[in-house]
Amino acid sequence: MGKYLHVFRIGIQNTLVYRANFLFRAVFGLIPLTGTLFLWQTIYAGKGPEALIGDYTLSSMISYYLLITFIDALTAVAEDDWQIAADIKDGLISQILLKPMDYLLYRLSLYVSGRMIYTTVALIPVMLFALYLRQHLVVPTEVTTILLFGVSLVMAAFLQFFIAYSVALLSFWVLDISTFIFIQFAFEYIASGHLFPLDILPPALAQILKFTPYPYLCYFPAAICLGRVSGPDLWQGLAIQSLWVGTGLVAARGIWSRGIRRYSAVGG
Amino acid sequence: MDSPGQQAEPVPAGIAAPPAVGEPPRNAWATLRFYGGLYGALWSNSVTRELQFKLNFGLWIVVELLWFALQLAFMSVLYTHTDSIGGWSRWEVILLVGCANFVQQLFTAFFLTNLTDLSEHIRTGRLDFLLLLPANTRFLVSLRKVDLGAFINAAAAFAVMVHAVRQLGLHPTTGQILGFSLLCGVGLSIHYSLMFLLATIAFWTVRAQGIVWGYYNLFNIARLPESAFPQGLFRRVFTFVLPMLLVANVPSKVLLQRLGSPIEWLVLVLVGASCFVASELFWRRSLCHYTSASS
Repeated sequence: MGKYLHVFRIGIQNTLVYRANFLFRAVFGLIPLTGTLFLWQTIYAGKGPEALIGDYTLSSMISYYLLITFIDALTAVAEDDWQIAADIKDGLISQILLKPMDYLLYRLSLYVSGRMIYTTVALIPVMLFALYLRQHLVVPTEVTTILLFGVSLVMAAFLQFFIAYSVALLSFWVLDISTFIFIQFAFEYIASGHLFPLDILPPALAQILKFTPYPYLCYFPAAICLGRVSGPDLWQGLAIQSLWVGTGLVAARGIWSRGIRRYSAVGG
Repeated sequence: MDSPGQQAEPVPAGIAAPPAVGEPPRNAWATLRFYGGLYGALWSNSVTRELQFKLNFGLWIVVELLWFALQLAFMSVLYTHTDSIGGWSRWEVILLVGCANFVQQLFTAFFLTNLTDLSEHIRTGRLDFLLLLPANTRFLVSLRKVDLGAFINAAAAFAVMVHAVRQLGLHPTTGQILGFSLLCGVGLSIHYSLMFLLATIAFWTVRAQGIVWGYYNLFNIARLPESAFPQGLFRRVFTFVLPMLLVANVPSKVLLQRLGSPIEWLVLVLVGASCFVASELFWRRSLCHYTSASS
């Protein structure tokens, strides 16, 4: 455990170098978000003040997007997958293999440290943005809601990491995996609820998506926080989410153990 | 959007001796022929480069098509809940998204890789080689590589536009098509000038890649109908400073016959011209700031 804490601290120091970059990324990321929010405001304005879209009021819709931005800051993989791919391609993992250290846990420590720095930096512009929209903000009040949101958020982070880790490990087989990363990301972007809340989709489609891992990366924690899932649905969702986290871990371990046999330590 | 093999290639060697290079040109016609020949050589280099990684070439096209489909899907989902956004109907917005993607893909085809490479040229000092060549450096920096896959994606965007025009029952006149094409060209030049300006910042900060990718977020604004934005700071900035709300909106409006007055396209042309001038001035200033990294 101690050694991973050490990795975590090194990770913090390394990512602190990029704080300006992070701030820049967070600020620029707000531009498309602003565009989307204006778009929704115009749609609601065209339908009258009390309009509902898939039982979202304008305020709950805006809250949803802010929450997504927050969840994204906390859980998104930024450079991790690219770094893992580069480690394998350039033979840098040889160094890790020689140490009494598990690569997955090593990477996880770096991921957590990177997210902490990013969230701290991104919090400033996101908070200012939220402050600007405060009249629309819907905040959960029940303690259980907040707790369950926290649990779901942590699982979302693990799932996010396992997916990125597994895709990055394809580097054992393929020279350049950037296309795979982008294809995976495209599916994630739409099916995890980044673009719009998934319950405004036709019910049949939303029902199918429920069994894929994607909604549990973003949409599901946000839905808990906004009180949009409750009762049996909530427990069922948490069960499916933990199932996917488990599957993600097994897949990550499995791909690693197959890949490492093919590893030829190029340039190492 | 490079495969590793492409990056590993010794860069200046490919363009060191294009057939047209000889005496520096003396008159306008000779200049045009000189740069035409040079660009031909750069094209044939790009074709060779792309054919080395056929699978990767195909996969990048898939990636871009997927993201385009995703934007269309987003708009379609919105239109299951409303009939009009800021006065734009479903197929009108599809036309707009198609147009925005068309301009963006042309930009990718001609410029994107080159501009993202610029900060690397500066950081590693490889810009020396380009500065030494007897040709305009901005020309070489901007047009060295051509991304051929992006033409296929531009064609896909074009097909979506044609389909939307059919759905809307429009019959554009030759004048409309000509105006549309010219204004798309202006939009292309705006994307190019602005991103070139951002890439040039690398002369001062060295690591400017983040800045260049930040520009990618702006493409998201370009495909939204401008009438969805209330009058205010946001709209003014993205109309006059970073004219994202013009690049695809104005050409689309030509086809849709929604252009209220010629002022709209005049603004687009004027802002486009100022962006280009600004980028050229900044480039010249920044170039004085260049201290080769290697020596």
